[in-house]
Amino acid sequence: MIQIHKDTAERWGYTGVGALFRSNKVLLGILGLLGLLVFYGLAVGLHGTFTGYRHVYGVTRQIPWGLLISAYIFCVVTSTGLCLVSSIGHVFGYEPYMPIAKRAVFLSITFMLGGFIIIFFDVENPFRMPIYNAFSPNLTSNMWWMGTLYTLYLIALGIEYFFLLDQNHAWSRIFGLFGVIFGVAAHSNLGAVFGMLHGREFWYGPYMPIYFIVSAMMSGGAAIILFTCISWRIDRHIMSRRMERSIKAVCQLTTMLIAIIMFFTIWKIISGVVAPEKYVAIKAFVLGRYALNFWGAEVLLGMVIPFILLIQSEGRDLRKMFIASSFMMIGIFFMRYDLVLAGQIVPVFHSLGVDEYSSLLEYTPSFHEISVVVAGLSFAGVFYLLGERMLNGHQFQKHEIVPPGAYVCPGCGGIHYKKEGESEEESLKRHHRVRKVDRDD
Amino acid sequence: MKFSKINLDTIKDEGLRSVTGLERRAFLKIGFAVTGVFAGGKLLSLVSNVNEAFASSSDFLEQYPYRPHYSMVIRQGLCIDCEQCVTACKETNDVPDYGYRTRILRKRVTDAIGRQREFIPILCNHCNEAPCTRGCPTKATYKDPTTGIVMMDRKKCIGCKMCILACPYEARYFNEEVHAIDKCNFCWDTRLSKGKKLTACANACPTGTRMFGDVSDPENVIYKMVHQIEKQVWVLRPEAGTKPNVFYMKATRSSPWELRRQAEER
Ligand code: SF4
Ligand code: SF4
Repeated sequence: MIQIHKDTAERWGYTGVGALFRSNKVLLGILGLLGLLVFYGLAVGLHGTFTGYRHVYGVTRQIPWGLLISAYIFCVVTSTGLCLVSSIGHVFGYEPYMPIAKRAVFLSITFMLGGFIIIFFDVENPFRMPIYNAFSPNLTSNMWWMGTLYTLYLIALGIEYFFLLDQNHAWSRIFGLFGVIFGVAAHSNLGAVFGMLHGREFWYGPYMPIYFIVSAMMSGGAAIILFTCISWRIDRHIMSRRMERSIKAVCQLTTMLIAIIMFFTIWKIISGVVAPEKYVAIKAFVLGRYALNFWGAEVLLGMVIPFILLIQSEGRDLRKMFIASSFMMIGIFFMRYDLVLAGQIVPVFHSLGVDEYSSLLEYTPSFHEISVVVAGLSFAGVFYLLGERMLNGHQFQKHEIVPPGAYVCPGCGGIHYKKEGESEEESLKRHHRVRKVDRDD
Repeated sequence: MKFSKINLDTIKDEGLRSVTGLERRAFLKIGFAVTGVFAGGKLLSLVSNVNEAFASSSDFLEQYPYRPHYSMVIRQGLCIDCEQCVTACKETNDVPDYGYRTRILRKRVTDAIGRQREFIPILCNHCNEAPCTRGCPTKATYKDPTTGIVMMDRKKCIGCKMCILACPYEARYFNEEVHAIDKCNFCWDTRLSKGKKLTACANACPTGTRMFGDVSDPENVIYKMVHQIEKQVWVLRPEAGTKPNVFYMKATRSSPWELRRQAEER
């Protein structure tokens, strides 16, 4: 076990492994269960590696990308989103977003790792990946850029998080900026992986990179709300006044982003209807076999219900926000899945009018694929819970980024500015219109 | 971006006249002299305008970037779906039974008079603008600088399947035996590099549907086939912009050299 010096531990808010066992039974149970799921999924995944994915996965030559790629995208989308939304505060300095930074960056790393676990089981020769990515790079390949930039992104996030822990805000801000830059570059490249496929009309065009970035922010917002709500259930102390304000701000932003994504989706459908090949795929989602995925999961769970709930919650009702954000996470997962599938269900030779490809292709995730996804997502869950308990709920203690001449109000959690020569106490009274504080009789 | 000038008076006739010289030239300059385009639902071959577009024949030859520039012509209509090519390919190139490098697609035209079936052989088009090689992160698949064949460097393949998705012709699959993507390479390793002249499929084809050769060599049968003014030559899915090297044309057993089956060993 690595020994962490007492001062450092205090600065980091590190409470040690012991804190884990002081948690309540339910939490420990969930943690154990998730841990088991990770092992189970990894075992099934490895079984697949040794039998050969061809035998155990549902993907085919015609639909080579299935559930695993979708789940990977889901994870990295969430990661990028967490990074972007939290950067509004601690990188770009908008105060209300600051308190969420530490947890968001931690989760961002968590989801990235979960995504890597999943992609590990999708790529057929994962061990060749680092070698030939480095020694035989293909600079015209979006895939190469995506891999490389995500690696840089993860490194930047790691360093950023270290400085956040260490309360070195100047450096954490610089690396946070790198994280944002690499994150946006990597993520739009992931969009371009799809968007630059000439032969796949459904994806082709600049829509994909743009959509990826915007929907990443939406996912990030949802993830912050969801995990803050869960954290609040785990430890009620994390909800300071500042955190409440912060969560309200994230809630507003997320609501707006849902609206934007709604508008993206509507135009995707309308424009798709007039393009012959796209039309076939769009039809399958709007009216056909995948209609439940689309209307039920993507639209209702992912957008409409959360949109209403988030507005109703006014950024205050944590229960509504919890339901909204969990629905969103489910809906967003389906969004990725649908997106990956939609580009592939129309056979490439569909327009040729041959018998073999006269109908749409089908794909059903296999047991092995589902298990690997369970492993990846459970890993993220375990990592999150461990972090929550051992890092003291990711609370910024006294180390908030407070502008000079201001201080964090112990009462309301906001940032107050002192007037010249004023003490904190006087300023507090002034801000809260407290005329008389002490009454000793 | 140049826009083509289309003469509105002649647009109805949909023949070569509706394509301006400027447009043809722009088309040819893209790097490859032969390609089929759909113009208003009709197929037309731009081959016959080669001389008009280029001052001398040497200019024109440079338009074929490879030497030899291997190509295949598929004479759709001659194919009888005997699948001898598919079998020959499997045997020559160790293709496992779950995969294929080439296959025959079947098309039924129910309202046709007389024959209603047509067979369309497909394989890797060895695209000049190959989306698979552009997309591959590790250059595991690449265009051979001399022959233009799209090859695999198997040890570099990480199995991300990007190329499968990028290929508009479904020419690739993952071969578990060799731990890499497998695809047609015009039998480069198994035949051409050993001095043979034809691919296994062209060699096995009993009807002369598959013709193989060097499109940059005026003496070659492929050159002669695609450079005829009266023949329509097309490619599959031209909208994908890949500039394929596998050409399709309709054929009947009429002209003498067309009759000749390309058999090198039999
Ligand atoms: S047909 Fe497919 S595999 Fe062959 S070169 Fe073109 S894109 Fe690549
Ligand atoms: S599967 Fe192999 S050949 Fe295809 S893009 Fe990936 S690394 Fe390249």
